[in-house]
Amino acid sequence: MDLATFLVQCLNALQYGLLLFLVASGLTLIFGIMGVINLAHGSFYMIGAYLAYALAPWVALHLGGGFFTALLLGMMLAVAFGYALEWGFVSYLYEREHLQQVLMTYGLILVFEELRSLFAGDDVHGVKPPDWLTGSVPLGDLMTYPVYRLFMSGVCIAVALGLYVVIARTRIGMAIRAGASNREMVQSLGVNIRFLYRVVFAAGVALAVLAGMIAAPVSSVYPGMGNQVLIISFVVVVIGGIGSIRGAFLASLLVGVVDTFGKVLFPQAAGVLVYVLMAAILLWRPEGLFRQG
Amino acid sequence: MTMSPSLARRWPDLAVVALLAAFPWFGGKFEVDLATTIMILAVFALSLELLVGATGLVSFGHAAFFGVAAYATALLAPKAAAPALLVLLPAAMAAAAAFAAFVGALSLRTRGIYFIMVTLAFAQMAYYVFHDTKLGGGSDGIYLNVKPVLAVGGAVVLDLDRSLAFYYFALAALVATFAFLAVLLRSRFGRALAGIKANEQRMRAAGFSTYPYKLAAFVVAGALAGLAGFLYAVKDGFVNPEILAWHQSGAVLLMIILGGIGRLRGAVLGAFAFVLLKEFFQSEAIFGAFARHWQLLLGLAIIACVALMPDGLIGLAAQLRRTRAVAPRAS
Repeated sequence: MDLATFLVQCLNALQYGLLLFLVASGLTLIFGIMGVINLAHGSFYMIGAYLAYALAPWVALHLGGGFFTALLLGMMLAVAFGYALEWGFVSYLYEREHLQQVLMTYGLILVFEELRSLFAGDDVHGVKPPDWLTGSVPLGDLMTYPVYRLFMSGVCIAVALGLYVVIARTRIGMAIRAGASNREMVQSLGVNIRFLYRVVFAAGVALAVLAGMIAAPVSSVYPGMGNQVLIISFVVVVIGGIGSIRGAFLASLLVGVVDTFGKVLFPQAAGVLVYVLMAAILLWRPEGLFRQG
Repeated sequence: MTMSPSLARRWPDLAVVALLAAFPWFGGKFEVDLATTIMILAVFALSLELLVGATGLVSFGHAAFFGVAAYATALLAPKAAAPALLVLLPAAMAAAAAFAAFVGALSLRTRGIYFIMVTLAFAQMAYYVFHDTKLGGGSDGIYLNVKPVLAVGGAVVLDLDRSLAFYYFALAALVATFAFLAVLLRSRFGRALAGIKANEQRMRAAGFSTYPYKLAAFVVAGALAGLAGFLYAVKDGFVNPEILAWHQSGAVLLMIILGGIGRLRGAVLGAFAFVLLKEFFQSEAIFGAFARHWQLLLGLAIIACVALMPDGLIGLAAQLRRTRAVAPRAS
């Protein structure tokens, strides 16, 4: 592997890891703060990708906007959807056992998958990136790297930084951190925990939808795309330690590197490697890298 | 030790066995085939019930043991001759048990949600081994060309290629699994598992080294899942990686919850309910063209079932009694 190839793979690993972080961060927050195992989280990613596919022509026709207008509209829909879903469904899961949560959200996956099939069909669709992001940058003498992938990584880094600032520096972030370690205490101190949960859930949905929307031009849009991301995101959450954003960030990058380089170096064993990594880490630290509370 | 009271408690089980034994006389070919599938899945669900219901270990990777045994069946069978049942079945179950010993030894170091995820991770590993390598034909799967036979002194006593013989063999496997687990759970070993489920700390304080008990339960559950996997491979004569996929682990968890956790009958009932529910929603006679979207209705049914019947089907009667007792009198 020469230097340029190595560099390209590094960028790929970074981009994949960062994208995973968008999905996994919402999952770990919902998991750590509300104690809900949400198997349907991968469906939000899938919904995001289909939104990117469906919104682009609609936005161009009716609003005259482009990629970013569609992205913004998609995020607004996602927040509204997440808020409504928490109010109408997820809030009933808090009192349930983990096993029942697993099953009810598993049922939700089936529902979302079939609704997708009803409204968008079962075909694979491509999504075009915006024109000004279609080029490539030269890398070394022979290799080039697509600008759009760099753009994806940039968006993810911006979101990660934003998330860090919100959680570490703002009042609501403080409430979120406190809620993760002691729910009752936060409630008795006068924080409206129901509202907090609703906000966290809506934010988690929006992050997953954003991931799906920006991934759509690269991965294309296809049935069952949420499930693959879901399982890998769970791996990330567990490696990082449930409820830890920092752990999820580190674990995402780790999984990105192992998966990307695994596919290049050991194509036969690529699928297995991520799970070997997870098993090894859990045997070394049974509660993940950064266990909170 | 009197026989009659325990026999009296067993009459629902005996009635179900009698019903299943008589079923081929009044069921058509399709119904008998469906009943065979259900019985195989009931064995699978019973094996998971030993872990989840009896020991309190929620495994989300149970399909791996089912799948490993199914692959072992297809790979170990000779290509042209009929394999001997008495060799192939123990070999398949031993393969599943060996893999369960490996997975259990490592994953039982973790607890709770981490245990759920580690078992899932190991199952995914097994999935990718069969999916990505040539070992079992990759994603195309592998065929079991000739079905196993039981031969005594050169004469074939039982040929699993005949669907009726296979039906009764599956029924026997279901009865044997149920009886074995019923006895096991009443033994000292079973009591220890119940104690671990209720309070593992206290069991340890009482002098039980809980790890070997949990590992033993994990291996036995793996071997029984292997029995179901063997039956599955023989029934269809075809094995592909999808039977190890996490959907299968989810489906079998669903069965035992649908039926009711903590009761062996619940696991069997759950397998019946799950398969029949699926068949119902897939029926074009009832739903017409919408039957193509059967998963939508199945998903909603799952949510409704778990929401409305937290104790499963088996606990429904008790749940209704409770509700009636609590509900204010309408007058």
